[in-house]
Amino acid sequence: MKTFLFIVACLLTISFKCSAKTVRVGHYQTYHSIHEALAAVENGDSIWVDGGVYREKNIVINKSITLIGRDYPVLDGEHSYQIVSIRADYVTIRGFRLINSGVSSLDDIAAIKIYERRNVTVADNIFENTFFGIYSQSGLQCTFENNKLTASAKTEQQSGNGIHCWKSDSMKIIGNTISGHRDGIYFEFVTNSVIWRNMCYNNMRYGLHFMFSHNDSYISNIFKQNGAGVSVMFTHGVRMFNNYFEDNWGDAAYGIFLKEITDSYIIGNKFIGNTSGIYMEGTNRVLVEKNQFQNNGWGMKIQASCVDNTITLNNFLSNTFDVATNGTLVENNFNHNYWDKYEGYDLNKDNTGDVPYRPVSLYSMIIEQNPAAMMLFRSFMTSLLDKSEKIFPTLTPENLKDNYPLMKPLHL
Amino acid sequence: MIIANNVSKKFGKLKALNNISVTCNKGECIALIGPNGSGKTTFIKSILGMVVPDSGFITFNGKNIVHDWLYRQYIGYMPQIGRYPDNMTIGQIFKMMKDIRDRGKNIPTDEDLIEAFGLNELLRKRMSTLSGGTRQKVSASLAFLFNPVVLILDEPTAGLDPLASELLKKKIIDEKLNGKLVLITSHVLSELDDLITQVIYMQDGNLMFHKSLEDLRRDTGEQKLSKAIASVMQKN
Amino acid sequence: MKKIIKYVIADILRNKIVLAYTGFLLVISLSIFNLEDNTSKGLLSLLNTVLIIVPLVCIIFSTIYVYNSSEFIELLVSQPLKRKNIWISLFSSLAGAMSLAFFVGTGVPILLYIPTDTGLLMLAMGLVLSIIFVAIAMLAAVATRDKAKGIGIAILLWLYFSLLFDGLVLFLLFQFEDYPMEKIMVVISAFNPIDLSRILILLKMDISALMGYTGAIFRDFFGSQSGLIIVSAVLFLWIIVPVWLSLRNFNRKDL
Repeated sequence: MKTFLFIVACLLTISFKCSAKTVRVGHYQTYHSIHEALAAVENGDSIWVDGGVYREKNIVINKSITLIGRDYPVLDGEHSYQIVSIRADYVTIRGFRLINSGVSSLDDIAAIKIYERRNVTVADNIFENTFFGIYSQSGLQCTFENNKLTASAKTEQQSGNGIHCWKSDSMKIIGNTISGHRDGIYFEFVTNSVIWRNMCYNNMRYGLHFMFSHNDSYISNIFKQNGAGVSVMFTHGVRMFNNYFEDNWGDAAYGIFLKEITDSYIIGNKFIGNTSGIYMEGTNRVLVEKNQFQNNGWGMKIQASCVDNTITLNNFLSNTFDVATNGTLVENNFNHNYWDKYEGYDLNKDNTGDVPYRPVSLYSMIIEQNPAAMMLFRSFMTSLLDKSEKIFPTLTPENLKDNYPLMKPLHL
Repeated sequence: MIIANNVSKKFGKLKALNNISVTCNKGECIALIGPNGSGKTTFIKSILGMVVPDSGFITFNGKNIVHDWLYRQYIGYMPQIGRYPDNMTIGQIFKMMKDIRDRGKNIPTDEDLIEAFGLNELLRKRMSTLSGGTRQKVSASLAFLFNPVVLILDEPTAGLDPLASELLKKKIIDEKLNGKLVLITSHVLSELDDLITQVIYMQDGNLMFHKSLEDLRRDTGEQKLSKAIASVMQKN
Repeated sequence: MKKIIKYVIADILRNKIVLAYTGFLLVISLSIFNLEDNTSKGLLSLLNTVLIIVPLVCIIFSTIYVYNSSEFIELLVSQPLKRKNIWISLFSSLAGAMSLAFFVGTGVPILLYIPTDTGLLMLAMGLVLSIIFVAIAMLAAVATRDKAKGIGIAILLWLYFSLLFDGLVLFLLFQFEDYPMEKIMVVISAFNPIDLSRILILLKMDISALMGYTGAIFRDFFGSQSGLIIVSAVLFLWIIVPVWLSLRNFNRKDL
């Protein structure tokens, strides 16, 4: 019996030695500040933080630990500090309320900033009134999940981006809600990442803004009422599936602005109530399929610099202008879409109209050439011009037409 | 009462009135006679201020009528064609005219003709439903309604049935005897015989003569006005 | 003056064309508001009625009415009335009747369905356009004795304001493509009451975002206090000047 007890005791001690330990921070706990706890832990340990307000200036995490907040403890940056700096791999931060970071466009102060590290997880946190929310500088395989970021700055200068990634790879950005920032999600040189189920609304500039970020997937996100919509540039291999681009309404607002985007897929998205649903410039070999364009000022604006794009199986419903372009030669394929302005007929009842549809109206061509002609918007004359152009097309691009327009809208 | 002094009016190249000078006095009943286009209606309209003469002037009771409009309250005018807003009723026309003329002075109105023509039963009829004759009756009634001292009647009996025509003639004679000045144009010369005291004959905008009926009869040796005029026209 | 207006307005309001016009407007507005689930879309559909139908009916009906009243006008002139009073009464009656017809036909549905700023602005513009085009009709009617010619002039004027003017603007825009025309456009729009009202209404609607830089310039101007005062003054001039010109002509006219 004595032997047995000894063995159990030995095993217990061994297991304690081997497993990570957990330290607790709080008013009634061993440690009263996170700094003290951080000094006491080692790689693989966990720190549990009780509810309360912690004003600890800048918290630097340089060990691979898990930092967990219970009852959303508040980390207050007192409008002066970067709240958390992560300088270790395999760090997890979960369940905090981060408020009042400092504001500085010089050092890009963030609530949580990751310095060239991998496998960092930031999840279930609330960010309020922070400059940058989560900032990943050369991060790898990081996950940002279910965070809620709200900023309340009044001008673009006083406001940073919600989730900002620079030179990162294989990131997972899932289920975050971002509002009031300059850009909701900002990527520069971010590759092979997935952006899934996020909601970006009421951001000052763009809901989503990226450039040089190849082979990323954007799935089931909502971009709503952002100052200028969504803007993406200089990227190939973009996959955008089932996103909502809604109510981005203003003088220079776009559902999505594509500049120099190539070999990409835009499928199953909804563009509703934007000034321009999609604005394309220098964009090649993009497949735009099964999207819904509804109640936009312009369904699509496609500049003459766009070549070899395929726009097919989309619904165009009650847009002021379906498609506008600035050139006469357009080398894109517009077949098999549904256009609610189509007035043709279908004699053989194959659900495909027998005469082609020309989605570009003469007046929209005129405005592209001469924006001041907007003064004549909705005048009797322009509607007459459009009607006559429909009957005798002379000025609108000859080959911008849907040869097989659908008679009924698709169920999208 | 009305004095026209060298009145001239041109419509384009057409000389509608050429140096017309006429004096009309109280108690006279003057027939304005002349072929179509001789300037009769233009002359009447000049008196009423509807046509403004190119030169010359017209005085009413010694006052130049240019820029004046109040003098018209002394005139009753019956136009050649009486057309009224389609959806007004006869009653409304009378009421409106009373509103316009009365000016709060409560002038006694003379509704003899309205009664004689039986218009009282038609007061609710809209103007668009009336025959030309009935409209003439309305016009005639309006001219006499306010007891004006001057009556200007342009083709008063055209379109009236013989009975109404007689009623109107009787009324004209009555008013003449009341010492009013009456100016009549008419093509039907035969019915003017027992009405008028003076004749003004116009042709191509010129006043050919202005004589009393007796003088005309004596000069031409004809009793009937129509014959007298015919003989004048032959001489010309 | 009031005496004449009272009777003439009653006469016009019983006119079959005016009744048909009111009914037509009523049917159009009600069907737009009932069929269109989106009220601002409804307003856009209504915009065309206000900008095309209202001026057309007002100018042609008023011209014809003035010609048909020529004998009545003569009768009035033979009465102790100033010509000025007669003409102004006639104008006021027509303007009042046409405004009332518009108010009943379109205004009441607007007040019932969309009593928003935009709706009220459209209502106001419809009333102002009614009055302006009655004023222009007075000018057309006094220009010539020939009724057919007069109606022709009225139709031409309508065509000019609703179509040809915009054509000329477009022509100008392309002639001076290389120059910044936006600010000049603000001035040019003052020369056509239809364009002016259209732009004012569009700026009030959220659709104004589509108008881009030009729209922004217009918004800057028309949105300001002084801009509004100027626009009201310009619209007022569009009533006063034609009436004054026609009155001058009528005062000298031989009837």
